[in-house]
Amino acid sequence: MENRTPLVEMSNISISFGGIHAVDDASIDLFPGEVVALLGHNGAGKSTLIKILSGAYRRDAGTIRVNGEDVDISNPRDAKRYGIETIYQTLALADNVDAAANLFLGRELRTPWGTLDDVAMESETRKVMGRLNPRFQRFKEPVMKLSGGQRQSVAIARAIHFNARILIMDEPTAALGPQETAQVSELVLQLKNDGIGIFLISHDIHDVFDLADRVVVMKNGQVVGTARTGDVSQDEVLGMIILGKCPPGAVPGPGALKIAA
Amino acid sequence: MSDTTSPAPVDSARASQQGSVARFMKATELDTRMLGMLGALAVIWIIFHVMSGGLFLTPRNLWNLSVQSASVAVMATGMVLVIVTRNIDLSVGSILGVTGMIMGVAQVTYLPQYLGFTSPAIWILAILIGLVAGVAIGALHGYIIAYMQVPAFIVTLGGLLVWRGAAWWVTSGQTVAPMNPTFRLLGGGAEGAIGATWSWVVGLIACAAVIFFIWNARKQRRRFKFPLRPLWAEGFLGTVACVLILGAVHVANSYPWPAGIVNRYAQANNIEIPEGGLFIAHGIAIPVLIAIAVGIAMTFLATRTRFGRYVFAIGGNPEAAALAGINTRWITMKIFMLMGGLAAIGACISTARLNAATNAQGTLDELLVIAAAVIGGTSLSGGVGTIAGAMIGAVLMQSLATGMILLGVDSPLQNIVVGAVLVVAVWLDTIYRRRVG
Repeated sequence: MENRTPLVEMSNISISFGGIHAVDDASIDLFPGEVVALLGHNGAGKSTLIKILSGAYRRDAGTIRVNGEDVDISNPRDAKRYGIETIYQTLALADNVDAAANLFLGRELRTPWGTLDDVAMESETRKVMGRLNPRFQRFKEPVMKLSGGQRQSVAIARAIHFNARILIMDEPTAALGPQETAQVSELVLQLKNDGIGIFLISHDIHDVFDLADRVVVMKNGQVVGTARTGDVSQDEVLGMIILGKCPPGAVPGPGALKIAA
Repeated sequence: MSDTTSPAPVDSARASQQGSVARFMKATELDTRMLGMLGALAVIWIIFHVMSGGLFLTPRNLWNLSVQSASVAVMATGMVLVIVTRNIDLSVGSILGVTGMIMGVAQVTYLPQYLGFTSPAIWILAILIGLVAGVAIGALHGYIIAYMQVPAFIVTLGGLLVWRGAAWWVTSGQTVAPMNPTFRLLGGGAEGAIGATWSWVVGLIACAAVIFFIWNARKQRRRFKFPLRPLWAEGFLGTVACVLILGAVHVANSYPWPAGIVNRYAQANNIEIPEGGLFIAHGIAIPVLIAIAVGIAMTFLATRTRFGRYVFAIGGNPEAAALAGINTRWITMKIFMLMGGLAAIGACISTARLNAATNAQGTLDELLVIAAAVIGGTSLSGGVGTIAGAMIGAVLMQSLATGMILLGVDSPLQNIVVGAVLVVAVWLDTIYRRRVG
């Protein structure tokens, strides 16, 4: 697998806010059809790292390569151009407009006269929502009136509708019940089979361990280590998250606990 | 999260309980809030009509009411977008003042020096200069708000003082008058109306447009096999809209020119005045046409363009809008530019109507404009509001003012009533929103 070109390669990324190193010299990569779980406590820097990839923040240092080519991602529009789609923890929905408006926000379909083609957008939305959530019928209502699961489907629909190659899911199941969580897992496997690379961000290892091919653990803005899920146990990964202790099955990063040798 | 329990059976249970009124509302997809506002307006009109002994609902009063509402209505359409994005603009009255002054000085003092007093270009250039000034002021406000991150409340509060002072400064406080004769038509009056024939033409075009839009919307929905409104509901809506339009035209055409103007006009054109006087109708006033045109253009902008979609998205969730790749700062700046331009249009109407530019013009208009937008259903917490609602709000505010003048209510009491109505209206709206959600 390592001989192929990674879909995404973020190398030596750093960003700081007012003197605090939110992300410090972090490197991660992702291959097509691979699910990489990015784990760590709240404040470990995982969301910040991923927001650099999705264009919400601009890195202070480091390089981002997509398909082996250096890219400059300075806003969300750039990221989307490279096929990077993000489902944010907050879902990032405009609550006062309907599902179609959210799905196409920033990428509206337009008529030949340049006006919004609302019927075409509603039609597309009905199609994609029909696949994700067949019982969904509330196309005319602002998304604030929808349930948590329905809102989540709108956010997911938005990410996968535009032929994403790289999907970032930030705490995808935090607001969901067991049944909906299972649906999200199913979706992740389906997208993986389509060759999409997926970053799953979570602070809870149980949510993602079975889905992920690899785990990357972050602590205090640094990468503790990277491991294939087959090579480490859940307890060992917990040790990485909590103590920063890198087990033998993992490749240590700059944030690994230095054992006096 | 509130309705995770299977919604389908709840909906069907609700449907079976619906009375005929509810079914009617569902079929016609009418906005109940807008209907409530129109109902309130009707109640206010009838109360004033009865209390004033039949003076309110006369063609003359309604015609004047429409002209007096025009300037605030024009500005209220822009205020909707400002408030929808969780901003506020306290400076519109002062921008109106300074742009009115600039247009006045341009057409009275400067342009005639180069073009001569009779040049037809004067009024056009004066308006253009005013519009450019308004947009430029708005751009300055917008830049400071969006890019320098100073709160809109502060920037426009500063603007309120700065531009009022600037209006004073332009002529050291002198009133500029009279305006160019063609420019004056923008303010209404006997000549500033389009007459009976053209009013009917406008009315019929409007009816045709309504029918076309209903038909087109139906065609679009059929193209994508969406549920259609029942045919009777479409017919009902079309009929009501056309009756209202033609009724309004009829009212405007029932208000004749005053006898003095008719006599002068008859003399100038060698028309013999028949016994019982010559009836020449005003027709729709030009400022009202401007306001309607602005309302249509702004509704189009707000609902049919990407700009409008982004405005509402920013209002609903600024962070989400930014993450979707929307340039929220540039959109914010554009909104304030638009607001400045609309204030300049408001200035055209009010200086033309007064036939003078004064440094006090538009004082406190910002509060009327904000009140009109808020009464019209624009939520100060952002994300919600309609252009049509704000324009009805402007008419409602003006109706109160006019009605109380007709009743001879003292000035201080008028202000007390208007202030109380504003608060009560927003309170009722809060209750409505909580119920309907």
